[in-house]
Amino acid sequence: MMKLEAIIQPSRFESVKDALREIGIEGMTVTEVRGHGRQKGHTEVYRGREYTVDLLPKIKLEMVLPDTLVSRAVDTILKTAKTGKIGDGKIFLSRVEEAIRIRNEERGENAL
Amino acid sequence: MKCVGWKCSGSLVLVLAAILVAAVSLSAQQPPASTATPASSPATPEIPKALSDRLAQLEKDVKAAQSAGDNAWMLVSTALVLMMTGPGLALFYGGLVRRKNTLAIMMQSFALMALITILWALVGYSLCFGGSGPVIGSFEHAFLRGVGADPNPDYAGTIPQATFMVYQLMFAIITPALITGATAERMKFSGTVLFLTLWFLVVYAPLAHMVWGKGGFLNAAGGKFPCLDFAGGTVVHISSGVSALVCALYMGKRVGYPKQPMPPHSLVLSFIGACLLWVGWFGFNAGSALAASSLATSAFVATHFATAAAALGWSAAEWLKNGRASALGAISGAVAGLVAITPASGFVGPMPALAIGLIAGVLCYLMVTKVKAIFGYDDALDAFGVHGAGGTIGALLTGVFAQQVINPIFGSGKAVGGLDGHWSQVGNQLVGVLIAWGIALVGTIVLLKITDLIVGVRVPEEHEIEGLDITQHGEEAYNLES
Repeated sequence: MMKLEAIIQPSRFESVKDALREIGIEGMTVTEVRGHGRQKGHTEVYRGREYTVDLLPKIKLEMVLPDTLVSRAVDTILKTAKTGKIGDGKIFLSRVEEAIRIRNEERGENAL
Repeated sequence: MKCVGWKCSGSLVLVLAAILVAAVSLSAQQPPASTATPASSPATPEIPKALSDRLAQLEKDVKAAQSAGDNAWMLVSTALVLMMTGPGLALFYGGLVRRKNTLAIMMQSFALMALITILWALVGYSLCFGGSGPVIGSFEHAFLRGVGADPNPDYAGTIPQATFMVYQLMFAIITPALITGATAERMKFSGTVLFLTLWFLVVYAPLAHMVWGKGGFLNAAGGKFPCLDFAGGTVVHISSGVSALVCALYMGKRVGYPKQPMPPHSLVLSFIGACLLWVGWFGFNAGSALAASSLATSAFVATHFATAAAALGWSAAEWLKNGRASALGAISGAVAGLVAITPASGFVGPMPALAIGLIAGVLCYLMVTKVKAIFGYDDALDAFGVHGAGGTIGALLTGVFAQQVINPIFGSGKAVGGLDGHWSQVGNQLVGVLIAWGIALVGTIVLLKITDLIVGVRVPEEHEIEGLDITQHGEEAYNLES
């Protein structure tokens, strides 16, 4: 089992979600987050006072996948989340030790 | 029964109407100096008693009709001016603060709606409009004694004095509320309540009496220095704006200012608030005619035109400077225009109104963006930059642009403003401005000191960081999880 975390542009979220559903990924957790990597922020001016806004709104997707689905999921996200500009985000993969469904205590990939 | 009576007296009414029409057209043709009119000739004893009774009745009915019209407009205006404080100003200021201080700033405006109303009933109205002293009113109308259905001919001869009283109350509410823009995000609620109560009694009441009260020495009609202030440039905007500056200097900067970003938390709220202010201001300025008259229309038009020009002026200045015109800039410019036209609204036509608005829009933009940065004071929501500066500009420009064709306040045919040929009016305006500045400066310093000694004016630093909503009121504006 792998955990996939993807931080993407909010404008790409709907397409990414639909594309993931098409390859059979049903479950995911989505958070509205703020952050930045190499992308520079922008300045805002309120009554002459300038503010640099460098933490930009992003969407974070989290899902735990059976090993067989991981590479297809990564490809799908790469394809649908890319705009080609700085600020498109990142994907992080990490190994997951165990998964447990709270309702019936199923374990491992059955719990996904 | 009524119909039968009407038919019976039908012929009498016809005769009467013919006489009235003849009298009106004759007197209209006569020059006012002539005394040889048929109405004043000794032929009157011929009119039978029934006819003269009927005439008296008609005269009464005409007066009642005028009073009904004026009163309707003044009651609407009264409600419009209250709408400027809540929700207008509360939303305008509420959107400009950070989210943790939203309820606190709104609550300050709302508290004044209740507090000043009570003070007004006890002594406030009387101190502003009772008696005929040069500096302050009297206790003549304390507890609203003698304020009822009968008009007070000293102020508004066609509406119940109670209407005039409640209309003026709404001005007394918004004026101290404007000051809270400078003390925003760091003043104690208890300190705000005490300070603004004292401020209303010590600064607002005398100034309102001097400028608008019978016998007041700045009163445009008969004062020693006749200062033109149609709707409150000195009484409302200079007084609150200059006091706001004193408050900002006395209290010091907010924690983190100017290094830490403090952008407005919701310009949507501010936008709605500013639009409500624009609409409410028609009650403020056009209502100050105190009648549903052509002067009210003139003030309405001037108000609207100046506001539009000021919104454009601020936006254009911003566009030139930053390459973009912002929504906050446009609405701030509109408020600056509303402030500046306030004293002039009943004295100028639409073209001078455009000029006043444009000048105020650009100058207030410079006040808020440049002057504030140079001096470094933390007038959090620019109460001084907009109301103090805009009020001063408006008061002085009123002396330049006032026209006797709009409002012959010094008597028919007599020049009013500088461009009319009466340049010394600018001097009178300057006297009014200086006195308003002086009272606001001195009064505010003394009252802040007193407030500081009794309850304190500023919240502790950790409360300021946590936010005034929680620390002063025990609640939050946005409980997104509930």
